[in-house]
Amino acid sequence: MSAHVFSNTGVMLNRSIRHVTRSMDTIITVTIMPIAFMLLFRYVFGGAIQSNTDNYTNYLMPGILLIAIASGISYTGFRLFNDMQSGIFERFHSMPIARSSVLWGHVLTSLVSNAISVVVIIIVGLLMGFRSSAGVLAWLAIAGILILFTLALTWVAMIAGLAASTTDGATAFSYPLIFLPFLSSAFVPTATMPGPVKAFAENQPVTSIVNTLRALLEQQPVGNGIWTAVAWCAGILIVAYLFAMRTYRRKIA
Amino acid sequence: MQAPPLAIHIKGLHKSYGKVQVLKGVDFSVASGSIFALLGSNGAGKTTVVRILSTLLKQDSGTANVSGFDVLAQPEQVRESISLTGQFAAVDPILTGRENLIMVAKLRQVKNSGRVAHDLLQRFSLTEAGGRRVATYSGGMRRRLDIAMSLIGDPPVIFLDEPTTGLDPEARIEVWEEIQSLAGKGTTILLTTQYLEEAEKLADRIAILHQGTIIVNGTLTELRQLLPPAKAELVERQPTLEEIFLAIVGNKEARS
Repeated sequence: MSAHVFSNTGVMLNRSIRHVTRSMDTIITVTIMPIAFMLLFRYVFGGAIQSNTDNYTNYLMPGILLIAIASGISYTGFRLFNDMQSGIFERFHSMPIARSSVLWGHVLTSLVSNAISVVVIIIVGLLMGFRSSAGVLAWLAIAGILILFTLALTWVAMIAGLAASTTDGATAFSYPLIFLPFLSSAFVPTATMPGPVKAFAENQPVTSIVNTLRALLEQQPVGNGIWTAVAWCAGILIVAYLFAMRTYRRKIA
Repeated sequence: MQAPPLAIHIKGLHKSYGKVQVLKGVDFSVASGSIFALLGSNGAGKTTVVRILSTLLKQDSGTANVSGFDVLAQPEQVRESISLTGQFAAVDPILTGRENLIMVAKLRQVKNSGRVAHDLLQRFSLTEAGGRRVATYSGGMRRRLDIAMSLIGDPPVIFLDEPTTGLDPEARIEVWEEIQSLAGKGTTILLTTQYLEEAEKLADRIAILHQGTIIVNGTLTELRQLLPPAKAELVERQPTLEEIFLAIVGNKEARS
């Protein structure tokens, strides 16, 4: 059976990608909001923010990308939830296929659709003056961290999609994730924040990820920050995966 | 003469959800190539039996065999030999009818999935609708597509969980005809239904599931014998509303 796991996952990915491309409104929602934030920060707040940089669009970019991914994964939870509700999940589970392909199809779709919105946002950023001198290796590192971040949040979304009893429940978990970048170094330097907020901002995952991405884009040394960022993503990924699988097994038991 | 091999064999099946005992020792067997109707009111546990047989749910105790495979010990072999058509049409509304069929054919490793989809669309009168998204289909069309998806890969045993619930009379008759033609080709069919007429019309054997156990199991003739013999009375039989409805809308039953 497991011999077909790749073929099965391919079919599931194909199906779920069609769900994405046939509801363009989800792609638009996922990219429009971060782009709106980018415009707002660049052209409205940007003048007042002391970021110690001559290109504020460059400064914004990492945080905007993380916001896009955090809102993108809520649709992953939504699509999985719909499958659970509609009975097609049970149809797949009563078929002679690798059962894991049902979940992995959603995970891969999440990676693909988030990659699309990341590329769209970078293109819009370029129009707004975003420039990077990063080389191939640095870009590979950026892609690697974004993929790891997407995977980690996708498995959080899988928990919500599996466990939720309403559509709202399957998507609402992403709201706090979308706002996490605002309490980080994504838009303003943490040094300007009052004590407790600063302490939170400096020790939450988004700050280390944003700082690492920013350093890679600006060709600055990443220091140990990159390992903190990777450790956060890997840690969230492992914990979320274990919880998702536990929820999954309870659902199919 | 040897008895035909059993496609489904269930013994002492128990299942509880929390404190609610749904199945309290269910036993029955279904001969290969026959239509077996599991009759019961809502909440009698019919769907629970079907879910256990299709490896979606584990029983608390008792054994269940499908095509000779134990549902707990050999779930993959069981899934190879069955297809499930659930109570709520399990089709993908965002894909077209054709894409739904191709998807199932590819998952079942059936070669030439495009051809298979084409033939099934034709057989279920969905050729014209095949390129449209399923979200635009009527209830009857969805159910036909659902059954068509279940036939891919020619599984020897098919579970139809309330296949005609929510269908209009014409659509119901279409589904009935398809079930009969399947059984004619040697497929074993386990049908759950709450419509007595459906069981009477289709099933070789009928079992009634009531409060967690099978209280009656036999052919229609055997079941009739449980009641006092019929008396001959001259009564003018009024047409049923269903007969009137079908006569007016130009029913398709007239053809057969």
